Amino acid sequence: MAHFLFFLLAIVCVGAVVGMIFSRNQAYNALLLVLAFAALGGIFGLLSAPFIAVVQIIIYAGAIMVLFIFVIMMINLREGIPPEKKKWTIYLSAVLAFILIVELILAARGSFQALTGPGGEEIASPKALGKLLFTEYLYPFEITSILIIAALVGAIILVKKKEEE
Amino acid sequence: MIPGSYFFILSVILFILGVIAFFVKRDLITQFLSIEVMLNAGNLAFIAFARALNSLHGQVIVFFIITVAAAEAAVGLAIILLIFRQKKTIKSEDMNLMKG
Amino acid sequence: MIEFLIPLIKVILALVWLLLLTLYVADWVERKESAIIHDRIGANRASIFGLRMIGLFQPFADAIKMIFKEDFTPSFSRKFLHSLAPFLSFFFVAVTIAAIPFGDTIRIGSRIIKLQVLDINVTLLFVLAMMSLGIYGVILAGWASNNRFSLLGGIRGAAQLISYEVAFGLSLVGLIMIYPSLKLSSIVHSQGELLFGFIPKWGIFLQPLGFIVFLFAALAETKRVPFDLPEGESEIIGFYTEYSGLKWGLFMMTDGMEIVIVSTLMTTLFFGGWQVPWLQADGFHWPWGGEWFLASWIVVILQVLAFNLKVFFFCWFQVLLRWTYPRFRYDQLMDLGWKLLIPLSLVNIVGTGIIMSL
Repeated sequence: MAHFLFFLLAIVCVGAVVGMIFSRNQAYNALLLVLAFAALGGIFGLLSAPFIAVVQIIIYAGAIMVLFIFVIMMINLREGIPPEKKKWTIYLSAVLAFILIVELILAARGSFQALTGPGGEEIASPKALGKLLFTEYLYPFEITSILIIAALVGAIILVKKKEEE
Repeated sequence: MIPGSYFFILSVILFILGVIAFFVKRDLITQFLSIEVMLNAGNLAFIAFARALNSLHGQVIVFFIITVAAAEAAVGLAIILLIFRQKKTIKSEDMNLMKG
Repeated sequence: MIEFLIPLIKVILALVWLLLLTLYVADWVERKESAIIHDRIGANRASIFGLRMIGLFQPFADAIKMIFKEDFTPSFSRKFLHSLAPFLSFFFVAVTIAAIPFGDTIRIGSRIIKLQVLDINVTLLFVLAMMSLGIYGVILAGWASNNRFSLLGGIRGAAQLISYEVAFGLSLVGLIMIYPSLKLSSIVHSQGELLFGFIPKWGIFLQPLGFIVFLFAALAETKRVPFDLPEGESEIIGFYTEYSGLKWGLFMMTDGMEIVIVSTLMTTLFFGGWQVPWLQADGFHWPWGGEWFLASWIVVILQVLAFNLKVFFFCWFQVLLRWTYPRFRYDQLMDLGWKLLIPLSLVNIVGTGIIMSL
């Protein structure tokens, strides 16, 4: 059952991203990514991280992608932008992707052993996560909140039209 | 029980697809979206290792990545909107102001 | 086999309950209550064999009419997204019912069955997640219609839903601090205890401010009067102007379903869910002394009935509000959300923390 769910979600996720590569319509791109991120949320749930799974759906699929769709609606291009015609970027991306695959396989070879660990029950509890977040990671947490306020103010200042115009 | 390596392989596939999308696409918004794909691939790897090592630290880091991604999306989209207002285009190859 | 059958039966029962209640709330209660407020009689013509039953068959007549109406898709719309949008918004609201506990456990033979479809340990956040995904139905409907007014309605709707989602989530933080859990079933269990020995420990008594913020935010999430700026069917044009037939009906059903879901949430979070005051697993324990023991199946039936009664009350209450108040202006709406509700919910969180640490 869990295997079936994993493969279903993985295929949805990869399929959506591949669809994004081939589609020219920005709105469809964004919607396909919503699908991919929701599927990733399901995969996080399978990995016994229900809190992160729900946060992924609330923030990524529910808030960030809504922002993207908002901007796409405002820009509202009539015709899509065709993919790159210049050949060299495609070759470059192929070479880069190949190098990355090799590098990641080399990096992961040693840790594949570690990936077979069991994973306990206490890892699923949001309570433990909250405790860790507010004790050991307190400073990063506070810094993140400042970062978010800075981003909020920055975004508002950037898009605001000037008064005198 | 699904082996953790499956999740890791999925995350590698997603990351590489994100890289390819970033190079193949020509509009800023979709390129930005492919950066999000890469970030999510990283998240998946973190959570897979968090379960495998039976430690919560991976999940905490994913939490931070998600919050920072929210801030990044807000600022990035504001910049894209500003570029569109000034140049009436969002093709990345038209951003050649610093070419000299 | 039976492991698959029990969840299936639970899903079907929950969906039938939700759809029937939605049909009646969105149609019969709405029409009759507005009629009583206006001093009219209201819809009473639908009959089966001459039996009118004060219009109780009206919802079915309306539903049949809606299904057989012509479904017209404008030629200028983005066809696929235009058809997808109503199903999206319907689906994400309907899924939420899975997280609501209808009652405690029942025992059939040696099997203990929870009266709740999905009991993961973040059910409360699951509800919030599904609500945030419901925004896509609104945005896509407005955008795919390819009509300027629909697009404006969609943007209004999305801005309103995102703004009030913040207050919606923050108003529940105090509650989560008191009943330290994100699980709806254990939140309801904690509400069965007593305060000072006689007041049931319901959310409304412990979090009155949280409840007020939650009430307004939840009303805004249902997108109805006084918060019906996304559609505003009486004067302004909104995101489902270009819809007709079954798809329009799906949007109307979504609105009704949101009333029911919000009522179940209010009941579950702030009014004790399926708890009956002083009723425990073996019968009533009156605060003035004395007990009245009941068989366990009677207790379960009483609890499910209590849950239903509370939900009916809040459905009625929301329809009453809809027919009592005029619509907000858009800047008033945003002011209420950002300048009043969010600060209030922050005050609530800090206050709860101070009181809990005393």
